[in-house]
Amino acid sequence: MFADALGRTGALLLDRLAETGRLWSLALIAGRQTLVGPFRGTPVRVGEACRQVIRSGNQSLPLVSLIAALIGGILALQSAYQLRQLGAENLVADLVAISVTRELAPLMTAILVAGRAGSAIAAELGTMKVSEEIDALTVIGVDPISYLVVPRILGLLIAVPCLTLFADLIAVVGGLLVGVLVLDIGIGTYMADTVASLVMEDLWGGVLKAFVFGGIIGLVACQQGLSTRGGAQAVGRSTTTTVVRSIVLIIAADLFVTALLYVRNA
Amino acid sequence: MTVAAPAPRATDDLAIRVCGIHKSFGDTVVLAGVDLEVEHGETLVILGGSGSGKSTLLRCMIGLEKPDQGTVHIQGTDIFAASESRLVRLRQRLGMAFQSSALFGSMTLGQNVDLPLSEFTELPESTREIIVDIKLALVGLEGAVDRLPAQLSGGMKKRAAFARAMALDPDILFCDEPSAGLDPVTAAGLDRLLLQLKSVFGITMVVVTHELASAFAIADRLALIHKGRVLITDTPDKVRACTDPIVRQFLDREPEEIEDSHERFRQFMLDEDEPGESGDG
Ligand SMILES: Nc1ncnc2c1ncn2[C@@H]1O[C@H](COP(=O)(O)OP(=O)(O)OP(=O)(O)O)[C@@H](O)[C@H]1O
Ligand SMILES: [Mg+2]
Repeated sequence: MFADALGRTGALLLDRLAETGRLWSLALIAGRQTLVGPFRGTPVRVGEACRQVIRSGNQSLPLVSLIAALIGGILALQSAYQLRQLGAENLVADLVAISVTRELAPLMTAILVAGRAGSAIAAELGTMKVSEEIDALTVIGVDPISYLVVPRILGLLIAVPCLTLFADLIAVVGGLLVGVLVLDIGIGTYMADTVASLVMEDLWGGVLKAFVFGGIIGLVACQQGLSTRGGAQAVGRSTTTTVVRSIVLIIAADLFVTALLYVRNA
Repeated sequence: MTVAAPAPRATDDLAIRVCGIHKSFGDTVVLAGVDLEVEHGETLVILGGSGSGKSTLLRCMIGLEKPDQGTVHIQGTDIFAASESRLVRLRQRLGMAFQSSALFGSMTLGQNVDLPLSEFTELPESTREIIVDIKLALVGLEGAVDRLPAQLSGGMKKRAAFARAMALDPDILFCDEPSAGLDPVTAAGLDRLLLQLKSVFGITMVVVTHELASAFAIADRLALIHKGRVLITDTPDKVRACTDPIVRQFLDREPEEIEDSHERFRQFMLDEDEPGESGDG
C-alpha cells in the first residue's frame, strides 16, 4: 500500500520533471527564435506581440481592477485590526502600500491573468493543434514558434508588469477609501504616508516578479496548447492544466524571487 | 504516354522518392515499408481503404510525421536530414490541402490564402488581393473572401484549403481527399481543375482519394495501399486490367467476404464477454 503510494509519487515526480524539461526546451527555442531569429530572416513579429499585449491586457483588466480594489480594502481593514492593538494605526497606509506593491499586486495579477489570458492561449493553440492548423503552418513554411509562441510570450511579459503597476494603483486607492471612510484616517495623511513609505525598490521588485510570472504563464500556456493531442476534450484538459500549473509555478517562483530580493536588501 | 523505364533513377531526377517507410503508432503498424516514386509533372493517385494509412503516408512525405524508418527525398532533398532553412525554402515550393481542410479559424478565407503570399513574397497588398481573388475564383469561392471558415460548408472548406495550397503556385501539390464531401458536379469540376493545372503549369500532384471515378480521371499512375504496403503502382489501364484479388475487390467495390462479416457480426452479438478487436479500430 505504502510502496504503491510511494511508487505513484515517484512516477508523478518523474512526470513533473519531464514536464519541466519540456517547458525549459520551449523557453530555449522561443528565446533563440527571439534573439537569433532576426539575424536569420525571421524577425520578431512586433505588431503581433503588441496585439497580444492589448488582448491579454483587455481580457484581464476589469477583473484585475476589481480584485485589486477589494484586496486593497481588505488589507487596510486587516492591518488596522492588528495595528490597533499596537497603537500604530498610523501605519495602515504604509502596510497596504508595501505589501501590495511588493507582493499582492504581482501575485494576484499573475493568478488572474493565468486564469483569463493563459487559459485562452492554451485553448486557442490547442484548438489549432487538433484541427491541424499548426501542421498547416509548418507546411506553408511558417515556424509556429516564431509565428504563435514568441508573440504570445512577449505579450504576457509586457502585459503582466503593466497590469501589476495598474493593480498597485487601484489597490492603494482601495486601501485609501477604506482608510478614509471606515478608519477615519485623513485623506491627506493617508496619501502622504503612502508616498513616504514607498521606495522605488518596492515598485521594481513587484514589476520584476510580474515579469517572471508573465513568462511562466506564457510558457506554460503555449507548451500545453501545442502538446494538445486528441479532440475537444483534450483542449479542455490543456486549458485546466495551464491554469493549475501556472499558479503552482507562479507561487514557487514568487518565493524564489522574494528570497533573492530579501538577500539583496539584507 | 510512355511507361517509365524500370531502371533505377537518380534521386534528383524525381519529384519525390519515398524509400522503405515504416511508421507505427504504439502497437499499430500503419506503414510497413512503402516505396514510391513520383516523376516531375506526374499525377500520382493513392488509393486505399479507410484507415489504411494514406494520410499518414502523405504526412510522412511532407515531413509532418517522422517515419520510424526510411527516407523521403523531394526534388533531391532528403527532408529528414535537411537543415531548417533549406526545408523552409523547399516548403514554399510545396502545397498541401489537408483532409480536415485545416483553415486558420481566426482568419477570413482571404487572409488564409494571403498568408503564404504575405510571408514569402514582397508583393504589395493590392497585388496580393488580386492573387487571392484569382485563387478563390479558381475553386468557385469568389464571393467568400471575407467569410470565416466557421461560416462555410464542409465542401467549401475543402475548396478553400485547395486555394490556399495553390497560393504560391507550388511545384508539387499534395491533396488529401480533395473531393470527399463535394457534390458530383463540384467534384468533377475539381477533377477538371487538377487536370488543367497539370497541363498548363506542369504541377506534380500526389492525390489521395476514395472516389474511383475521379482517381481514374486524373491519375497518370495509381498506387493502392493495403496493409501498410503498396500493393500495386501502375497506369490506370494496367490497374484496371489487374487480376490481383485484393485490387479487384477494391476496384469492383465488393464488400469484405460475406462469411467473414457474418461471422464477426455473430461473434459481436453473441460473445459479449469476449471483447473483439473493434475497440481499437
Ligand atoms: N497520431 C496518431 N496516433 C495514433 N494513431 C494514428 C495517428 N494517426 C493515424 N493513426 C492510425 O493510423 C491508421 C491510418 O490512419 P490514416 O489517417 O493514415 O488513414 P487513412 O488511410 O487516411 O484513412 P481515411 O481514408 O479514413 O482518411 C489508423 O488506424 C489510425 O488510427
Ligand atoms: Mg486520411
